[in-house]
Amino acid sequence: MQNESKSGRKIRVLIAKPGLDSHDRGAKVVARALRDAGMEVIYTGLRQTPEQIVEAALQEDVDVIGLSILSGAHMTLFPRIMELLKEKGLTDVLVFAGGIIPEEDVSELKKIGIKEVFGPGTPTEKIIKYVLKNAPKR
Amino acid sequence: MSKVEEIARGVLAGDKRSIARAITIVENSPQEAQKLIALIYSYTGKAHVIGLTGPGGAGKSTLIEKMVREYRRRDKTVGVIAVDPTSPFSGGAFLGDRIRMQDLSIDEGVFIRSMATRNNPGGIAKATKDAVKILDAAGKDVIIVETVGAGQSEVEIIKVAQTIVVIHAPGLGDEIQAIKAGLMEIADIFVVNKADRENADKTVMDIQAMLQLDDRKKVWNPPIVKTIAITGEGVQQLLDKIEEHRQFLQKELGHERSWEKAQAELIEAIRDKVTSSIIEKLKREKLFEKILQQIVNREIDPATAAEKLLNQEQLE
Repeated sequence: MQNESKSGRKIRVLIAKPGLDSHDRGAKVVARALRDAGMEVIYTGLRQTPEQIVEAALQEDVDVIGLSILSGAHMTLFPRIMELLKEKGLTDVLVFAGGIIPEEDVSELKKIGIKEVFGPGTPTEKIIKYVLKNAPKR
Repeated sequence: MSKVEEIARGVLAGDKRSIARAITIVENSPQEAQKLIALIYSYTGKAHVIGLTGPGGAGKSTLIEKMVREYRRRDKTVGVIAVDPTSPFSGGAFLGDRIRMQDLSIDEGVFIRSMATRNNPGGIAKATKDAVKILDAAGKDVIIVETVGAGQSEVEIIKVAQTIVVIHAPGLGDEIQAIKAGLMEIADIFVVNKADRENADKTVMDIQAMLQLDDRKKVWNPPIVKTIAITGEGVQQLLDKIEEHRQFLQKELGHERSWEKAQAELIEAIRDKVTSSIIEKLKREKLFEKILQQIVNREIDPATAAEKLLNQEQLE
């Protein structure tokens, strides 16, 4: 089935907005698209600290985390999130990002383990396909 | 040690990652789930399980956030299972209850899990019952289960929780509609939330009127608590009433309720096992299709066919 991971279970995704910006339209559009593609999407709301995001990911036992950011603070917040994920042993979770992220930062983010970065205007189908293809087999 | 044994051990030690993975197991793999529950079952039965139900928009998630804070102030550890509906069209779900519980995430004494119904009827998921057992075995003092917010027939919660709190709020439409029938009868405690709204007292009176019409013999009279979840007003009183109900259960009904619950669970387990074993056997012996054909041809009716099968009679 299209909406299940390779091992046959439902894909669980956490959509989170780290930091202080208060625009979550993009995050909600992506959350809704993934839901309509048959995934279980946990949305945690605005202004999340890295600690809150990682703890939610752990308790919800998600396969995928999508981080949305518009504030420009990604180079501070994302490394902290990746560090905490490692600390908690959540190393098999697929992490992708979206929002306003300059081209020159993308390769840095990929180095720390953010697997993909989607810019503004990315068709949701592209994100759905990406998650279906890359969600970890557990 | 097998993976399941390792996870069970982690659950009993209260390890969050193990709890999370255990809940994933009971949601996804029935066989592993059975092994896991068998390993932890003798450690369950200690937590007080509260079911919170009521129409969408009444303020369930917001109230739970305040209840958890108050329980933490009273030195209790808390587990929360928040159930939201699965879309019958896509099979996906949007689970948004954490939005109102953000700050609780990082409290070591709190564990919150969102759960989709996966089209199970009755307001909770099939795995909710086992998820409660996991949190119970992990040592949580109080477990709060939030049902989907639809309204009138979400009464499955009674099989899971000891104290049922039915929440309502003024201005959600016809006051009585939303809590009549099923929900009315399962309530141990009523909450009228958004009590600062002008029609709050009317909502309280409507519930009182309905309670007076109910002439079943009662040993516990459901109290009505007014709250303003957003400020936390009334939450202390609510917890006091829940505690009163817990003590009442222990003294008066504890044995009866756990007996009833065990009975319901055993019957359900037998039904599941027996049904699937018979159907598997029939399919192996290629009889299933044959009988179906006879039923379609109106040669035999389904109930008679089932009875003959059970009595091992030949169907010809």
